[in-house]
Amino acid sequence: MAVLELTNISKHFGAIQAVNDVSLSIDPGQVVGLMGDNGAGKSTLVKMIAGNFRPSHGTMRLDDRELILHKPAEARQHGIEIVHQDLALCNNLTAAANVYLGRELRRGVGPFRILDYAAMYKRAGQLFAELKSETRPRDLVKQMSGGQRQAVAIARTMLSQAKIVLMDEPTAAISVRQVAEVLNLIRHLRDQGIAVVLISHRMPDVFDVADRVIVMRRGRKVADKKIAASSPEEVTGLITGAIEQAA
Amino acid sequence: MAVTLDQTIAQKQHTFLSRMFSSQTFWVVIAVILACIFLSFATDAFATSKNLYNITRNVTFVAIVALGMTFVIITGGIDLSVGSVLCLSSMVLAVTMHAGYSIEIGILASILTALAIGAFNGVLIAYLGFPPFVVTLGMLSIARSLAMVASNNTVVFQFGPDHQKLLALGGGAWVFGIANPVLYMIILALITGFILRWTKFGRHIFAIGGNEHAATLTGVPVKQIKVAVYMISALSAGIAGIIQTGWLGAVTTNLGTGMELQVIAATVIGGANLAGGVGTAFGAIVGAALIEVIRNSLGLLGINAFWQGTFIGGAILMAVLFDRIRNFRRSD
Repeated sequence: MAVLELTNISKHFGAIQAVNDVSLSIDPGQVVGLMGDNGAGKSTLVKMIAGNFRPSHGTMRLDDRELILHKPAEARQHGIEIVHQDLALCNNLTAAANVYLGRELRRGVGPFRILDYAAMYKRAGQLFAELKSETRPRDLVKQMSGGQRQAVAIARTMLSQAKIVLMDEPTAAISVRQVAEVLNLIRHLRDQGIAVVLISHRMPDVFDVADRVIVMRRGRKVADKKIAASSPEEVTGLITGAIEQAA
Repeated sequence: MAVTLDQTIAQKQHTFLSRMFSSQTFWVVIAVILACIFLSFATDAFATSKNLYNITRNVTFVAIVALGMTFVIITGGIDLSVGSVLCLSSMVLAVTMHAGYSIEIGILASILTALAIGAFNGVLIAYLGFPPFVVTLGMLSIARSLAMVASNNTVVFQFGPDHQKLLALGGGAWVFGIANPVLYMIILALITGFILRWTKFGRHIFAIGGNEHAATLTGVPVKQIKVAVYMISALSAGIAGIIQTGWLGAVTTNLGTGMELQVIAATVIGGANLAGGVGTAFGAIVGAALIEVIRNSLGLLGINAFWQGTFIGGAILMAVLFDRIRNFRRSD
């Protein structure tokens, strides 16, 4: 059964039709590559799932229940987590502090509650271990590699029981070795039954890690097929418009 | 033996000592201690109980305001209005008490004035997006002018029925002969340190200074916290104003003139970063102490007072220089 189902979703800003009649469904533990040129509508689509925009038309269903989001915090409550392109990390804080940013653990009674450092270090350490990432909870994010920074941002999505993780260009602007690290992180999320939507411009990454690829062009979905049944050449053609619609 | 992933994750990279040696605050403490040792030998007057009493008491006014300023600077902001707010709070207290009201009402009026000014600064900065530098520069001018209006630019030195209580509050030494202002400073420093290290509010202040956009995205109430830090800064100026009024026994409208620069210097010397994200309560106190020791020593060593600014400015540059050298090494 699909964890997320979009039916005939459209979004327009005034006269501009950013997303036009898109339907798709994503299963648990599935990695879906979302591709398209700049302005193809993929960010707008993701922002609707993340609660930044409300669709003009169409319905979204999460676990077979209608999903209406007014703001990003509600998406998070429903188990939809986002890894932002810039990762939204504070360099001056430790890895654990970043993982728990905005959701700090505290102990004590009533109004007299203090930060529970020990519990946050412990849980953050467990999450990094689950992600098989050599990241120390007590280290400052400032001193970390691109891959470790990704691990911190991804560990954040695992704090609550996430159902879907939306990742915005996680492999842009990092080194080749770190890309491999990030793709492994994505596989670990998938292995835990979490659905991952990977927005990327990088063809090799999508073909490496995704089960399915969805291509958008000028607001429309022009392809939605198994990775095994497609090829980088076909996807390139679909993105640029050389191929009108997937076979 | 192979190192497992769990061991790597559990490893602590920095011991207590390595962290201490790499902190600017630590080196400033060393500088203060060395200066004190040198002055004890070089002059007869330094290590007398009277001089030490004077130094500790003089430190407090800058230090208390620096504690409040630390909150603002950690968020990446700046509050230039503290000297004027100190003056206005002082004047509100003086005028209220002079008019025959009790000390409680005077203090309440003074604190509320400070909080209102802080809230005004904060709302303009957080909700209307004004640059902190501009808003608080404007308030620097406004608050001092209001102090002049409130007192008609006169000196107030009679504080009504509770006159003696006020003088005792600021000028007394209730515990072990330690000047009262020093006690207030220690209490406020402990509270500040606690808030910064152990509360969610403190954590969020650091997050805003580190990456405001990230703080917003992760659900930190950035705007409310910004208003709160400017209120805390103004409140600390107000508290310092009340204590200073009691200590001086008189208020003039040039009280606290130029104090904002000393306060900012103290926080920066103590290790706070004007770019935001770094700062401690202890650093603010130590920075204020170093400035005061420099001032005191120049007097005792018989160096012309005109040189004071040069030495204090030099201390600011030295403190930041150490920080730069450490960063150069790290980036290599």
